[in-house]
Amino acid sequence: MAEKGLSVGRMGNFQTGPDNRGCRLGEEFFDSFEVFHLHIIQELALIFGVCLAGELAVSLLPVPFPASVAAMVLLMVLLLSGAVKQRQIQNVSQFLTANMGLFFVPSLVGALEHAETLKACLLPFLAVTLLVTPAVYLAAGWSVQLLMRLLRGKEGEKHA
Amino acid sequence: MLDPVLSSPFFGLFLTAACWCLAVLLQKKTGLLVCNPVLTASALIIAVLTVFQIPLERYSAGGDLIKLMLSPATAVLALNIYQQRAVLKRHFFPVLAGCLAGSAASIGCVLLLCRLFRTGDAFTASMLPKSVTTAIALGISESGGGIQGLTAAAVVITGVEGAILAPWFAKVFRITDPAAEGVAIGSCSHAVGTSKAMELGSLQGAMSSIAICVCGIFTSVLALFF
Repeated sequence: MAEKGLSVGRMGNFQTGPDNRGCRLGEEFFDSFEVFHLHIIQELALIFGVCLAGELAVSLLPVPFPASVAAMVLLMVLLLSGAVKQRQIQNVSQFLTANMGLFFVPSLVGALEHAETLKACLLPFLAVTLLVTPAVYLAAGWSVQLLMRLLRGKEGEKHA
Repeated sequence: MLDPVLSSPFFGLFLTAACWCLAVLLQKKTGLLVCNPVLTASALIIAVLTVFQIPLERYSAGGDLIKLMLSPATAVLALNIYQQRAVLKRHFFPVLAGCLAGSAASIGCVLLLCRLFRTGDAFTASMLPKSVTTAIALGISESGGGIQGLTAAAVVITGVEGAILAPWFAKVFRITDPAAEGVAIGSCSHAVGTSKAMELGSLQGAMSSIAICVCGIFTSVLALFF
């Protein structure tokens, strides 16, 4: 039975005779249930390991660099080289990505601590924070779109 | 009787998880873009802490555990990028250029507005890296002599703003290509925006994740000159 993402072998081996189909189905369900949950832990071990490696890498750099981004780059390398397969981190990755907003909440709440500092410069703070964002969106978005169209045009000329 | 409740990490954990669920429910029920769960959940928690006069440290005991998950959440963005690597290869140069343009625009506009408002150097240094992800932004701010708290607040608010307004920006600025949309979102609103980009599409999400990385690097370098 091809099992996606189940890389740990079957545990236990009980059989109850030739006509044991019901028992075997139950066994497979139990095994896959157990295996799935162990697999989540395996995924966590891998992901936490990459994060740890990121921290190590960053500590060796002469400039301050975020460990999480280092971990991202490292994981990218591992995926591209084939050392880590997609299915080995699929479930936890999906969970983390789908709920990413939640993990930002403590940081935003933490801004409360600096309410006093913020109050002192509220107007310039809000102006800079809110006005720059669309400008950046515009600059980045247009650049990409423009260049993509230009390059597509060039390719069209080459084939013409 | 209240002290064992407040001094437990579960206080922060429970409060965050519960408020998040309420916030998501609110957005589903109203369908309003402004009801971004990150914003409303944080507002709810801040309200609870303020009304009951609970010191922030009590919350942080549990909140820090949730914040810890930011690192793995950022790291696993690599999987999404990996799944979209074919598209990235095809549009490598435009994406790179877009990130450079975004980083330059960010620093340029911040400098311009700060000069306009005649703010101090510390304020300017704090706001300079607001478009990049928190970890990088804090590093840039620190090296430039900025105030960490201001930077953190600016970064998160920028992120939430981008996440909320991204679809509107796309309409107004006529960004139709999903790859361009992704890069734009990632450049202006980093990881918070990326979570929104993921909703819009896997490609947008991937481009946004790449933009976080590349813009982070470009901004780090450009900020050195100011």
